[in-house]
Amino acid sequence: MLFLGLAPQPNRPPKQDVVELTAEIHGDDFLASVAHINTAFRRQWSSAGIQPAERAPAAAIARRISLALAGTIPSLEELRRFEAEDSSLPSWLSGILVDRRASDYLAERLARATVGVQDGPFLIYRRRRFVSWLADELQANRPFDQIVRSLIAEEGLWTDHPSTNFITVTINPEDNAGPNENALAARVSRAFLGVRLDCAECHDHPFRPWKQADFQSLAAFFGQTQQTFTGIRDREGEFEVEDATTGNAHVVAPRVPFAAELLLEDGDRRARLANWITHPANDAFARVTVNRAWAILFGRPLVEPVDDIPRDDELPEMLRLLADDFVAHDLDFRRLLAVIASTEVFALDSRHPLADAEDLAAWQKVDAAWGAFPITRLRPEQVVGSLLQAASLRTINRDSHILVRFARAVGQNEFIERYGDSGEEEFQPQGGAIPQRLLLMNGKLVEEKTKDSLLANAASRIASLAPDDETAVEVAYLSCLSRRPSPEETAHFQQCLSATTGGERRERLGDLYWSLINSTEFSWNH
Amino acid sequence: MEPLTCSERALASHAPSFARGFTRRQILQTSAVAAGGWLGPVANVLAQRAEKTVGSEPAQSVILLWLAGGPSQLETFDPHGGARISGDTRAISTAAPGIELAAGFARLAEQMQHVSLVRSLVSKEGDHERGTYLAKTGYRPDPTLVHPSIGAICCHQLPVGPTEIPRHVSILPNQWPARGGFLGNQFDAFKTFDPASPVPDVRSHVSSERQAQRLADQQVIERSFAVGRRQPTEATRHSAMIGEARAMMTSPQLKAFEVGDEPAALRASYGDTPFGRGCLAARRLIEQGVRCVEVTLAGWDSHVNNHETHRRLIEALDPALAALIADLQARELLDRTVVLCGGEFGRTPAINRLDGRDHWPHGFSMALAGGGLRGGQVIGATDPAGGRKVEDPRSVADIHATVLTALGIDPQHKETAPAGRPIQLSEGTPIQGLLKTKTLLPPGEGGERQLTG
Repeated sequence: MLFLGLAPQPNRPPKQDVVELTAEIHGDDFLASVAHINTAFRRQWSSAGIQPAERAPAAAIARRISLALAGTIPSLEELRRFEAEDSSLPSWLSGILVDRRASDYLAERLARATVGVQDGPFLIYRRRRFVSWLADELQANRPFDQIVRSLIAEEGLWTDHPSTNFITVTINPEDNAGPNENALAARVSRAFLGVRLDCAECHDHPFRPWKQADFQSLAAFFGQTQQTFTGIRDREGEFEVEDATTGNAHVVAPRVPFAAELLLEDGDRRARLANWITHPANDAFARVTVNRAWAILFGRPLVEPVDDIPRDDELPEMLRLLADDFVAHDLDFRRLLAVIASTEVFALDSRHPLADAEDLAAWQKVDAAWGAFPITRLRPEQVVGSLLQAASLRTINRDSHILVRFARAVGQNEFIERYGDSGEEEFQPQGGAIPQRLLLMNGKLVEEKTKDSLLANAASRIASLAPDDETAVEVAYLSCLSRRPSPEETAHFQQCLSATTGGERRERLGDLYWSLINSTEFSWNH
Repeated sequence: MEPLTCSERALASHAPSFARGFTRRQILQTSAVAAGGWLGPVANVLAQRAEKTVGSEPAQSVILLWLAGGPSQLETFDPHGGARISGDTRAISTAAPGIELAAGFARLAEQMQHVSLVRSLVSKEGDHERGTYLAKTGYRPDPTLVHPSIGAICCHQLPVGPTEIPRHVSILPNQWPARGGFLGNQFDAFKTFDPASPVPDVRSHVSSERQAQRLADQQVIERSFAVGRRQPTEATRHSAMIGEARAMMTSPQLKAFEVGDEPAALRASYGDTPFGRGCLAARRLIEQGVRCVEVTLAGWDSHVNNHETHRRLIEALDPALAALIADLQARELLDRTVVLCGGEFGRTPAINRLDGRDHWPHGFSMALAGGGLRGGQVIGATDPAGGRKVEDPRSVADIHATVLTALGIDPQHKETAPAGRPIQLSEGTPIQGLLKTKTLLPPGEGGERQLTG
């Protein structure tokens, strides 16, 4: 396929780190990790009496990987290269995992759980610097426990020690009270312990054994943390809690809600907490991290909600296995993502014979046991990322022209705001909503990306440059849906294009793009 | 199914199953519409409900004025003028003898004969998100289930009628707008912003002919995707939502969002604020059969400078709420519209060292008006000394049960949540002191009761 200047470049030498990661994915140790998970799922399917779906087409799996890790669909250029390299998923996966786009995107996803999506206090909170620091850490593949220890325990200024923004985001500049211990305790318990301990901020947890006192004792680890001229520091002092009724204050000592034997006796309070959370024997940390990684890849966590992990007796076996494997491999986050993305269950087709049958219960059983790849709503930035990528035949990345990246950023932010960012609750299952459909049908960005414009839009370029109707339809499908059209689809759209030329033809291609972009297939992960 | 040819495409766009995402109850309604005009079936439903609601016709709609952040009861509906806890906030008398409001509610005070206050709400939720969930759904957050908001229940339980625009609307939503919960995302509130600007994205950029062709083409792609994925694809409701979006785009009822059509004097009476315009739009929307409009006024989380924060917000709230009640009354809509005003919790009687008040779910207020409920009533009382002892304590669920009863909906009716779990619409008890007639509940179950605080 030589038109549009997008000939595959099979001889382009891959980067060294891609080669290394690809080799690791082919290694025995890695394959053993994957095999454990595969066995656990096969056991689950067989005990539930479920026939899992077939394996999905390679391009569909490549699309999932790209959406989950880079926040966009593959470009036409990338798909061509993928096919030229025998559709090798290990090298596709490695290529994306070591790409800076993945670090940037994953940093944003992880920032939601750690600092949220709000702007936070002016001057003392730099969200963008925080996300970019996190992206650097992920790009360097620093072990996840080290990253989290830095978040919890780092000292210094929010500008040159960006991880301290984890602390400063909770400061209310108006109240002069410094970092908010309760907000920090709530973040830490949800994001790193998988416990919604913040229910216990006001009352004892309704279902789990957490007491209000547990929450206050956890908050006490931040009780000495202060905002100073030299940034975030821990000083002397006690954490006092005011009784809501009497107004009397009493001192609360730092104490962890479980596994107290793992807590160090000495050291700064925050450092002790960070060490305890990330202690290899404290399974809570690895488990909630695995559940989040799974959710990023599948669009649905292994257990819901993503940040409330059941204790041992209700824990799915796969979650335990993956968490143990994650700890055994030095909390290598990149490897964890690669393991999950290499499992059989990740490669299952989203099509399943029972999905077409009338029996709703039978299908729900398959769905609940991960017997088919789940169809989940793409996040707003994945939709807009895909929209912009589909309208450009070449890959949009750090090498793209500055104006392309600028236009991308501007269009993206406006779109995301309108599409409705679900913020920190990003893994709540959700159906479609009218405003999202209106935005994709009538929104400015879709109009700009589908209208007749040879400079700006793939649709117009395809109309002018594709050698025949069949190719034009195929390229539009690959660019938008990462697949080829079915024979029926080819026939239908070929007829729509037949004997058209010039402006009319570009308009028809724009219409085809509009229809593709407005399909379920485009806006949902599958 | 054969793919459509280009020449057939325009026709396909008129296929009814595509034009709208019908639920079964909607189809029943719609076929009745076809048979005899929409008033027929609605009249039937009303007659059925009237059998249960002796004396008056039930309300049709709810307008929730959502005070996000947790307003202070002491600076709004439950002043304790002169008491230490008042923090020098004065109380003013109102058109309802013996009922006082906090200073700043001069306009609302004139409408007080229509308004009742529940001053004895108690809950265990002192967190914004959890308190909001409780206030909007009547249930405490449950990790295994998402309960529907009251507006979603209205849309689910009450007939559709000829309404083509979304029947559940959230104007100026904050981060937790009303949701459909287990009833489904189709019952989520439609979010829109300051009515000074047009509703976004409701105009197509291409001719209607081209638009119809694009949609027919889109169905070709949908059919291909649905093979092997029928159930999960239907569950996304993607196509159904496109159908509903199209119905909305072409509806003359969209004009209801355009408050600029109202006389200048009326607009001024609501206040020249986004919230005032939102309240005016809410009235226009319920005239079109919208079941629930939520209008948010955010910023009540006054941990710092409580009094100043409240003074500023009440400047927007007082004219809007008072004008809404007066306007509904003037149009004879007040009896068929429940107006509910409140937030997720109240604020501490004690004033903190930053002149703020902190979260206080142990005795807070909501205001109700219209919908056939009694006006000029006060339910319960909080402790003038600021303690937790509350007279005639009520749960947020009781507010829900009261509103549902006013709408002719039995709060004890059960809907089926996932895993076949039957869930009552509300587990609260209607507040008899606000109901004009004995309704729904068999004798003995709905009487006045005392909860232990």
